Amino acid sequence: MLGNSVLVEIKNLRTYFHLPEGTVRAVDGVDLTVRRGHTLGVVGESGCGKSVTALSLLRLVPSPGRIEGGEILFYRTVEEAGASSALTDVIDLAKLEPNGREMRSIRGNQISMVFQEPMSALIPVRTVGSQITEVITLHQKVSEAEAREIAADMLARVRLPKPRQALDDYPFQLSGGMRQRAVIAMALCCRPKLLIADEPTTALDVTTEAQILDLMRELQKEFGMAIMYITHNLGVIAEMAEMVAVMYLGKVVELTDVRTLFMSPLHPYTRALLKSIPQLTDAVTRGGKKPRLQTIEGMVPDPYSVLPGCTFHPRCPERIPDVCDRVEPGVSEVAPGHSVKCHLYSSP
Amino acid sequence: MSRVGSVISGARERLGWRKESAEAKEERFYRAGQWQLVWWRFRRHKLAQAAAVVLAIFYIIAAFAEFLSPHDPLYRYKQFAACPPTGIYMRDLSGRFRAPFVYQVVRTRDPETMRPIYKANAEVTAPIKLFVHGSRYRLWGLFDCDLHLFGTEDPETAPLFLLGTDSVGRDVLSRIFFGGRISLTVGLIGVAVSFVLGLILGGISGYFGGAIDEVIQRIIDVLISLPTIPLWMSLAAALPQNWPQLRIYFATTIILSILGWTGLARVVRGKLLSMREEDFVLAARLDGESEWRIITAYMLPGFASYIIVSLTGSLPGMILGETALSFLGIGLRPPTISWGVMLQDAQDIMAVAQLPWVLSPVAFVITAVLMFNFLGDGLRDAADPYAM
Amino acid sequence: MASYIVKRIIRMIPQVFLISILAFIIIQLPPGDYLTEHLNRLRQSGRQQDEVEIRRWVQMYGLDRPMYEQYLKWITNIVFRLDFGYTFQWNKSVREVIASRMGYTLAIALFSAVFTWVVALPIGIFVAVKQYSIADYFFTLLGFIGLAVPGFLLAMVVMYVSYTQFGVKVGGLFSVEYQLQPWSWAKFVDLLGHIWIPIVILGINGTAGLIRTMRATMLDELRKQYVLVARAKGLSELKVLLRYPVRIAINPFISTIGWLLPWFFSGGTVVEIVLNLPTAGPALWRALMGQDMYLAGSYILISGTLVAIGSLISDILLAVVDPRVRFGSLEGQ
Repeated sequence: MLGNSVLVEIKNLRTYFHLPEGTVRAVDGVDLTVRRGHTLGVVGESGCGKSVTALSLLRLVPSPGRIEGGEILFYRTVEEAGASSALTDVIDLAKLEPNGREMRSIRGNQISMVFQEPMSALIPVRTVGSQITEVITLHQKVSEAEAREIAADMLARVRLPKPRQALDDYPFQLSGGMRQRAVIAMALCCRPKLLIADEPTTALDVTTEAQILDLMRELQKEFGMAIMYITHNLGVIAEMAEMVAVMYLGKVVELTDVRTLFMSPLHPYTRALLKSIPQLTDAVTRGGKKPRLQTIEGMVPDPYSVLPGCTFHPRCPERIPDVCDRVEPGVSEVAPGHSVKCHLYSSP
Repeated sequence: MSRVGSVISGARERLGWRKESAEAKEERFYRAGQWQLVWWRFRRHKLAQAAAVVLAIFYIIAAFAEFLSPHDPLYRYKQFAACPPTGIYMRDLSGRFRAPFVYQVVRTRDPETMRPIYKANAEVTAPIKLFVHGSRYRLWGLFDCDLHLFGTEDPETAPLFLLGTDSVGRDVLSRIFFGGRISLTVGLIGVAVSFVLGLILGGISGYFGGAIDEVIQRIIDVLISLPTIPLWMSLAAALPQNWPQLRIYFATTIILSILGWTGLARVVRGKLLSMREEDFVLAARLDGESEWRIITAYMLPGFASYIIVSLTGSLPGMILGETALSFLGIGLRPPTISWGVMLQDAQDIMAVAQLPWVLSPVAFVITAVLMFNFLGDGLRDAADPYAM
Repeated sequence: MASYIVKRIIRMIPQVFLISILAFIIIQLPPGDYLTEHLNRLRQSGRQQDEVEIRRWVQMYGLDRPMYEQYLKWITNIVFRLDFGYTFQWNKSVREVIASRMGYTLAIALFSAVFTWVVALPIGIFVAVKQYSIADYFFTLLGFIGLAVPGFLLAMVVMYVSYTQFGVKVGGLFSVEYQLQPWSWAKFVDLLGHIWIPIVILGINGTAGLIRTMRATMLDELRKQYVLVARAKGLSELKVLLRYPVRIAINPFISTIGWLLPWFFSGGTVVEIVLNLPTAGPALWRALMGQDMYLAGSYILISGTLVAIGSLISDILLAVVDPRVRFGSLEGQ
C-alpha cells in the first residue's frame, strides 16, 4: 500500500540538545510520513520540536543538537528515460554525513526549505538574483546566463512584478511579501520533491499571507511536490494540509487527516488547541456576546526534565490518575489513517 | 534556528533560576534596581573581578608609596649605581635556615671596562626587617615619619634593592611605587576632566540637536580621526619648560583629556537621542515634569552605567599616553617620577643591555593597562543588565 | 554612487579645514612668537642675524599681521605653493624634511595594515566559528595582551632581546653601509631586512583589535537566518561562510582603513623614535624638542589630511561592498 506514493518516512526520530545544564529532548521518537504531492501539516506550540524535526530532515540541526537515533527514509526517484515507472531508491538521511557531498546534493535540490522570516532569509549585501542563481548553478549543469533565465522564470511564476529587474535588486528594496515570494522562488528553482515550509507566513500580514498560501498550493499542483507545512496556526493548517500531525514536547500525539482533526479530534491536547482558536461563528451564534477563549492550563514544563508517563499529563484535564503519570501511552490506530498517543484510546 | 536558540536560552534561564532555588529569588530579580543588576552581572566576571583587585592593590601602593617603598626614590646611593637586584637568602654559610636576609654588597670595578661589579660579601649578613626606620618623609604632607614596611637596618652597606638601582644609584622599586602615584592618577584626573567635558558637550549635542549638534559632531569627527600621540606630543611640547612640576602634571592630564571626552560625548548624545523617544520620557513630560528633572531624574540614570564603561575604556589610553610622552621627554620631566619618566633611562639599548632591570616599569605599565582592559570588558557586559 | 562620493568629498572639506586650524594653533602655541624666540636663541649662540633677513621672514609669514591673516597666508602658501614653512633646526624647508620621511611612514603604515588584515581575517573567522574552543580562548587572551602592550614598549623589548640574545642591534631602516647610497637592488633588499620589524610591531596592536571586532561581528552574523538558508541550499560550509557572514563581517575590515591609519600614525610615532627610523615621527620629535613648530604643525596637518583621505577611501570602498550604504538605507545608524 505504501509503495511508490511515500516520499519521506521518519521513524522514531530522536534529536537531543546536550547542554551543560542538561539534555533537551527536542524531538523524542517522532514517526511521520510524507506522501508525494501531498501536504503534511505539523502543528504545535512553540518549542514542541516541529522546527527541529524539519531541521533534522535536512541535517541542519545546530550544535549542540544531534540526531540520537531513528531513521529518515527518503525515497528518491531515479528517472529512467522511456521507462513508464520510475525506480525508487531508499536512502536514510539520518545516516548521512550532515555536511557531506551526498546530503548537500539533496539539500536545496530535492528537499528545500522556506523559513519563517523573509526579512532575514536573504543577505542584504548581495542581489536577489545572485542568491537565487547560486542554488541553480550548484545543483544543475547550467551556465550563469541560463541560471539567470531559470531564476527570472521562477520569479515570474511566484508572481513577482518585474522579475528581471528584481534579479538585480537588493533584498531591502523589496517588501516583506515580495521577499517571501523571492525566497519561495529560490526554494523551488531546482523543482524539489519536498518543500519544507516553516511558518513562512507568520511574519506577514493577513492579506499577503493568503496570497502566499494560494501561491504555494498552485505551485504544488504545478510541480507535483510534497509540502511539509509547519505552523502553530490551525487556520492555515485547515487551508493547506491534507494530513496533520499534532506535536507536543517532541512527540507526535495525534496524526490524522485534516477533516477528522477538526471534526473529531481525539487527543485532549488537540481538543484544547482547537478550543483556543477564536471563531467568528461563535460570536454570531451567541448573539454578539463574545465567548471567552479557552486556554490550556499550565505551562510547557521544563524541557530538561523527563516526565514519567504521558508528557501532557500535568496539563491534561482528562488524565487518568496512576496511569497517565506512570505509563507512557502507546500509539493506537483508532481508525485507518488516524492514530493517537493517549491512554484514553489505547485498547486494553 | 533563532527559535531553537530561544527555546534553549529560555530553558537555560528557567533552569538558572531554579538553581538559585526559589521564586523569592526570581522576585528579587524583578525588583532589583539597576545598580544591583549591574553588580550581580559583574560578579559573574571572574577575570574582571581579579583585575579590580589587582588595580586596587596598585592604587593602595600608590597612596602609601612613602611607607611601602624601602628607599627614598630620589636618594642616590653613589656607591651602588647600576646595582643589580639584590638576592634574598634564607640559608647562611653554615647551612642554617634563617629569616630572609641579604648580604653586604661590595663594589669592585672591571679592570678593562671600568664598569662597577657588585659582589655579595657572605661574611656580613643583614636581616630583612619589617617596620624599619629609614629615610624621613611626610606622609601626604601631614605626618612626619621614618617608618618603612620593609628594608634593612643599614642600606648604605647592605641594601635591599629588589629591582636593582638605576645608573645613578636610585632604588628602582621605590621609584616604581612613587611613579605609580603619577602614572595611575594621570588617567583618573584625565578621565574626570573628560567626564565633565563629554557630559556637557554630549548633552548639548544630544539635547539641542540641529546646527549645534552638527558642529560638535564634526569637531568630534576630526578629533577622533587625528593621530593621538603626535597631537599630544605637539601640545605637551608647547608647555613652558620653567613651569613647576605640579602645574606641568595638571597641564599634561588636561592635554590627555582633550581627546578623551569625544567617546563619552558620543555615548551621551546617542543615549539622549534614543531616550527622548522612550515612552517613560513622554509619560514624565505629560506629568508636567520640568525638562531638567526629566534629564537628571529619568534619563541620566538610564545610561549612567554606560558612562562608567566609556570612562574605564579611556583610562588605559591615557596611562599609555602619559608613559609615551614622558618617555620621550616632552611630558613630565625629572625630578617628577612617573613610569614614563623612568623609562627615559631605557632609551639607549646599550645601557639597557647593561642594566636590564630598568625595564621593569614596562611590566607595571602593561599590567595596569591589561587590568583596566579586563575591568572595562567586565563592566561593559555588566552595564546592560536587561540584556540577558 | 557618484552622488554619494561627491557628498562624501564635500563632507571632507570642513574636516580638513578644522585640521588645518588645529595645526595652525599648534604652531602658535609656544609662548611668544617663534621668530623672536628663534632670534633669541641665535643671539645666545652668538650668531647675529641680518636685519634684512629678519624683515624678509616677518614679511613672508606675515608675522606683523593679525592672526587670521597669518593663517590665510600660511594656508595659501601650503595650498598653492606646497610651502609648509621653514625649519631652523635643519635649515631646510619643511617640505624637504617631511617629503621623504612621510613616504617611509606611510609605507610602514600601509604594510602594517596589510599585515593586520592578512593575519586577523582568517583568525577572526576561525575563532568565531570555533567559539569557546581552546583556540578561541587562546586568541582572546592573546588579543587582550596585544591590545594592552603599546608598540613602543614592545619595540624596546624586541630591541633588548635581539641585542642581548643575538647580538643584533635592531633599528633604522638601512644598514650603515647603505644609508647614504643611492637606490639599488641591494639597498632595497637591505630595506626589506629592516622594515619588517616596525611593520610587525605596529601590526600586532591592530591585529589584536581587529580579531576581536571580526569575532564579534561574525558571531552576530552567524546567528542570522540567512546563514541557515545558505546551508539549506546545499552549499559547502566554507562557501556558506565566505559568501554570507564573511561578506558582512568584512565591512569593519574596510572601515579599518579609516581607523588603522591614525592608529599607526599615533603608535608609529613613538615606535619609530625607539627604533630610530628615518621617518616622520622622529622628525616631529626633534622638531618639538627644539620648538620648531612649523614642522610640528605641518606633521599634524599632513597626517590629519592623510587620515581624512584614508577614511574617504574606506567609506567609498564600503559603499562598493555594501549596497545598503550606497542606497542610504543605513543612514543615521
